[in-house]
Amino acid sequence: MTAEAATATTAATAATMTPTRYKLAMYWASACGGCDVAVLNLGMKLIEFTERWEPVFWPAAMDGKRSQVRAMEDGEIDVCLFDGGIRTDEDAEMAHLLRAKSKVLVAFGSCASEGCIPGLANQRSIEAIYAAAYDPELNDNPEGIHPGGHWTSPWGELELPRLETRLRTLGQVVKVDYSVPGCPPETERIAEVLTTVTAALDGLVPLPPPGSVLGAGTSTVCDECKRERGIKHITEFRRIQTLAEVDPTLCLLEQGLLCCGPAARDGCGAKCPAAGAPCIGCYGATDGVRDFGARLLSAYASVVEASEPEDIERVLAGLPDTVGQFYRFSLAASLLHGGR
Amino acid sequence: MTALMTPPDQAAAPAVSSEPFEPLILGFTCNWCSYRAADLAGTARTKYPYNVRLIRLMCSGRMEPEFILEGFAKGADAVIMTGCWPEDCHYRIQSVKALRRFLFLRRTLADLGIEPTRLQRFYASAAEGQRFADEIARIVDEVRELGPIPSEIRVALGHEAAASTPAAEAVEVEA
Repeated sequence: MTAEAATATTAATAATMTPTRYKLAMYWASACGGCDVAVLNLGMKLIEFTERWEPVFWPAAMDGKRSQVRAMEDGEIDVCLFDGGIRTDEDAEMAHLLRAKSKVLVAFGSCASEGCIPGLANQRSIEAIYAAAYDPELNDNPEGIHPGGHWTSPWGELELPRLETRLRTLGQVVKVDYSVPGCPPETERIAEVLTTVTAALDGLVPLPPPGSVLGAGTSTVCDECKRERGIKHITEFRRIQTLAEVDPTLCLLEQGLLCCGPAARDGCGAKCPAAGAPCIGCYGATDGVRDFGARLLSAYASVVEASEPEDIERVLAGLPDTVGQFYRFSLAASLLHGGR
Repeated sequence: MTALMTPPDQAAAPAVSSEPFEPLILGFTCNWCSYRAADLAGTARTKYPYNVRLIRLMCSGRMEPEFILEGFAKGADAVIMTGCWPEDCHYRIQSVKALRRFLFLRRTLADLGIEPTRLQRFYASAAEGQRFADEIARIVDEVRELGPIPSEIRVALGHEAAASTPAAEAVEVEA
């Protein structure tokens, strides 16, 4: 069922006196669990939300079986918050299953929206990943357990999920209605999103247009950042540990630190630069940007104070890992999909 | 840019052909110098390989790295950035900014597995029609020798079907 149809059906129920209790699912695919923790961080607010939301499937917080989800009607879940990228065949299966069972599917957090840190593995072949992570001679893995393998566990015989060749974002696998950026999304923004969605399902406000980014701004972290900005003349890129002191009020990029603020979406409150740490760009590309890395690269190249090729190369040498810097959170969603 | 796109149904077909490899190259020109140079090459009937598709921008400083990545994503084998000589740039220092973006992007592309030969640049003033044609010919030769974009990148972009690996088998859910 589409998001619009969801509004229509729930607007009818809003007329009755008892407020509808909507069904909420939250699932982790290839994720670290940080997004689930960010939701649990709602604390007492989460208890309040359960008056309007019934968690029907949430492996990180409560017991639940895939068979229970399979047994549901199509579109039975009102909203599914899906965090994690699609790295294994099990992730893909769950993405298709939860898409079918959910009226509104939300790519929740950086992994589901744009691949995040696990997406950086797209730079390597699956063979190289196997060798680095599962080779019994290189890893503490005496039984040679690996994805796709059979494992005789103390609890029984298990068939492990298989790795797919690349990590894909949720939107590259199934149709996604909304995305909530962040690694993880800020807890107060999650509360806002749940409040907005509740009001929309109640029919009090229209649902946001399909494809919208929820719980974030439409500008950049620089716009939210309180630091002083002047005209930038960067003669070298520096790592924060090499500075004797970080100027507490001056723009971090002006101090030569690799801050992702010029390209990253706002909404987080610019907490990292406020604390003296450069923005790492976890809120992803802002509105109108197809490729986060290309925009950040363009911004850096614009403010470098060098005009001869050899001088530019010297500044560039201060960027030992270009892909990690420009695509730390967005490689899987980038125009080149992470290359290899 | 649509001319560069491979329709999805053809994308999966194996690119086996007995024809020698002819690269498809995207070339960005600036309004004031390199586009005029290309124009001069045309009016002077100077021959250069047909592999390049030129797009005119107002200035090489308008060149978003995103445009180049989109070119590769849509099937270009190489991209050329051209513009005014730095001292001739009609927008003061924009040609230098373009140089910086070029060097940053070439390094990043190399780290992503796209060879530096596939991103090239040269300057051409409005009087340098012959130079424009010669540079295009040189780059086309270099890219022809290099061959198509590496297969694993073509697979990632969906321009080529993946070799069958057990892990790549799609799993459909029985709802």
